[in-house]
Amino acid sequence: MTLTFLDGNEGIARGAMAAGCSFFAGYPITPATSIYQQMLQLLPPTGGVCMQGEDEIASIGFCLGASMAGVKAMTATSGPGISLYSEQISFAIGGEIPLVIVDVQRLGPSTGSATKGADGDIQFLRWGNSGGLPVIVLAPVDAKDCYLLTMHAFNLAEQYRCPVFIASNKEIATTRESVDLDGCLPPEVVRRNPAPKDHSGHPFEPLEGELIPPFFPMGGHRLSRQTSSTHGPEGYITTDPAIIETGILRLKEKLHSGVDDFTFFDLDVQTEDKILLVVYGVTARAARTAVVDLREMGCKISLLILKSLYPVPEKLIRGAIKDKSQVVVIEMNHGQYVREIERLAVGVPVRFFGQMNGELISPESIVKEVTA
Amino acid sequence: MTSLLNTGRPPVFCPGCSHEKVVHGLDRALLALNLTGENVAIVSDIGCSGLFDTFFNTHAFHGLHGRALTYATGLKMARPELTVIVIMGDGGLGIGGAHVLSSCRRNLDITLLVLNNFNYGMTGGQCSATTPMEAKTSSNFLNQLEKPLDICRVAGAAGAPYVGRVMASGKDMSGEIVAAVSYAGFSLMDIWGICPGRYLKRNRITLAELEKEMDRITLSQGVIASNEREGYATHYRRLAAEKVPVSEIQRIAATIDAPFTDGRCEVLMLGAAGQYINTAGEILCLAAMSGGLHATQKNDYPITVLRGHSVCEVVLDQKPVGYTGISKPSVILCLAPEGIVKRKNIFSLLGPETLVIKGAELMLPETEAEVIDIDFAELKIKPSQRVLAALAVLAGVGHFLNKEMLLAGIDHRYSGKMLENAKKIVEKI
Repeated sequence: MTLTFLDGNEGIARGAMAAGCSFFAGYPITPATSIYQQMLQLLPPTGGVCMQGEDEIASIGFCLGASMAGVKAMTATSGPGISLYSEQISFAIGGEIPLVIVDVQRLGPSTGSATKGADGDIQFLRWGNSGGLPVIVLAPVDAKDCYLLTMHAFNLAEQYRCPVFIASNKEIATTRESVDLDGCLPPEVVRRNPAPKDHSGHPFEPLEGELIPPFFPMGGHRLSRQTSSTHGPEGYITTDPAIIETGILRLKEKLHSGVDDFTFFDLDVQTEDKILLVVYGVTARAARTAVVDLREMGCKISLLILKSLYPVPEKLIRGAIKDKSQVVVIEMNHGQYVREIERLAVGVPVRFFGQMNGELISPESIVKEVTA
Repeated sequence: MTSLLNTGRPPVFCPGCSHEKVVHGLDRALLALNLTGENVAIVSDIGCSGLFDTFFNTHAFHGLHGRALTYATGLKMARPELTVIVIMGDGGLGIGGAHVLSSCRRNLDITLLVLNNFNYGMTGGQCSATTPMEAKTSSNFLNQLEKPLDICRVAGAAGAPYVGRVMASGKDMSGEIVAAVSYAGFSLMDIWGICPGRYLKRNRITLAELEKEMDRITLSQGVIASNEREGYATHYRRLAAEKVPVSEIQRIAATIDAPFTDGRCEVLMLGAAGQYINTAGEILCLAAMSGGLHATQKNDYPITVLRGHSVCEVVLDQKPVGYTGISKPSVILCLAPEGIVKRKNIFSLLGPETLVIKGAELMLPETEAEVIDIDFAELKIKPSQRVLAALAVLAGVGHFLNKEMLLAGIDHRYSGKMLENAKKIVEKI
């Protein structure tokens, strides 16, 4: 076996290249900056474009323009940058613009602690857009996940024509680790779906029986139309409630109907388990250790590590909770994803432990929480 | 050639609105330039000027207020052959000011048409960045407090190589647009017009008066020679082509048998800026990987990097490392007081199973750990070399690291003279 020595941000940059990314724009912000620095090394020699915007709004705007021109684009920031991205994220959702957005989370609120980790943006990523329509949020546990999930994120952005978030964390982003990169199974790269010749040419009109419109690149030989306004299939602003509703429901349905295609997770089941421990992100690493210790102590416990957070993989979560007498949710915030678990746990008590002090949650505190 | 106007969507501006004149002027300009719809992208933002893209049979990109230039930038970089025309009002100019300045500095081959009618028409006639101080607006007295922006002077100062100003009613407005679009570089046209629905209701102003004011304030027209330079896109591609492709990610093969280790092993390295603590952490990880172990490394140092503590946390394990924090270090290397102070609380928690390797001159908080002193001064080892020497001592102890692994780690990290020097330090111990 040969190992590589990567941090999470390098994993993301390399994953992006493997997925066919040819455009990156960003604005320096700790702890996401090294993704931009990596892309600046990787893209120019291969004919790709890497730009530093005058601010975060510009950086994501460049990506939206490039994506509409038909290339695969990515941007990366941290919580304060996601705040500035917000209006453009809403645009990417409404305008169905494929884009990968990395949030290397740091401790908030506000500018918070630049060099401390947290998972405090989880609900922000889901709801930080006007209109509240769904987005895809993937959560890596380690550098290897950063590589693989970034590849998946590009594929999903292309397939579903939507922004896809990587919810990383300073603790994954800047921790270097040995990774068996050759031993991982990368997904096949998905290319953007061009419109067939007999398509109406309406830029937001899916083919019969489908939910996602094929893509007309700006600058292509057929005219393309993009708008941040509420629009019908032709891409013009509309006030017709029927057209509006059809369009909005389609934006919701296209992601909700696809959840099973992008439910990434690790489920470590113990027979005759009573407790289900639910975690995501870097906390999963401590949870794995804690579960080994708990089982040695005689505790009957299973572990669900979620790597797809939104849209909520409800089927998976319901199935994992079934027949348990207790669910324990641990997060590096003061209670965000636990809200999703609570609404799915009907009747099964859910206990929560959260921590926001810039430190990792340790296996010992998880053991203590579960056995309390 | 035929008109590029979208006959299914005729302009819907208020009667007498200058914007409509610009719609036709732009169409005539595109015709004169012999452009077909597929070759052109019209990028617009919010407000009455934001309706523009719908009136043309071209590629059309309508986005958020003030952000049109951001989309145009990405579009033009990805499709250099496309003629990209950005339409923006004086509202978009104000809210998107940073993008206007940066576009002037960047010099991509984009044309920005500012449809300047001195107020926010669509939202009810509030003042904008270009409203005269003496004008009457629905912002009550607020516009009396702020000086209007002369975008042509600003653009010139920001590096735009082509800046022009023209009346929407001007005879050669279309010709001016042709000249701006033809210019190979960033061009900006400040097109003055009248908003009959809002501005004219409160301000008795005639086109002749506006034109007189324009003549009074306009200093130059067209190319600004001192700002002329290679366009951003060609310049980018020229410089990018000189860059060497990044090599494949380094692979570390497990070629050495690591000494027996009982599971997880945590190493804490406490030093100061300039002591290569992070590099030594990396060498330790590469050494461990050469011995078939898994490794994680976390660094901690102040944001101002040239002073203060430098702390490195390494976790080694026979299986992939789970938790990356350090709770019970097996080994602590102490190289400077700054690092020791940073983690002073850990020492009282340690038992004799922890090994501390430290410079003989350093004071430690009370601890029950086993301590090995190294007299760096006696050995003539400089502060910047001490961490490597401490690793060599650790390899000599042989718990989980041996000399062969350490040399392999050094070999993976360094080359040339650096490699020779590092090896010499190890041999000294």
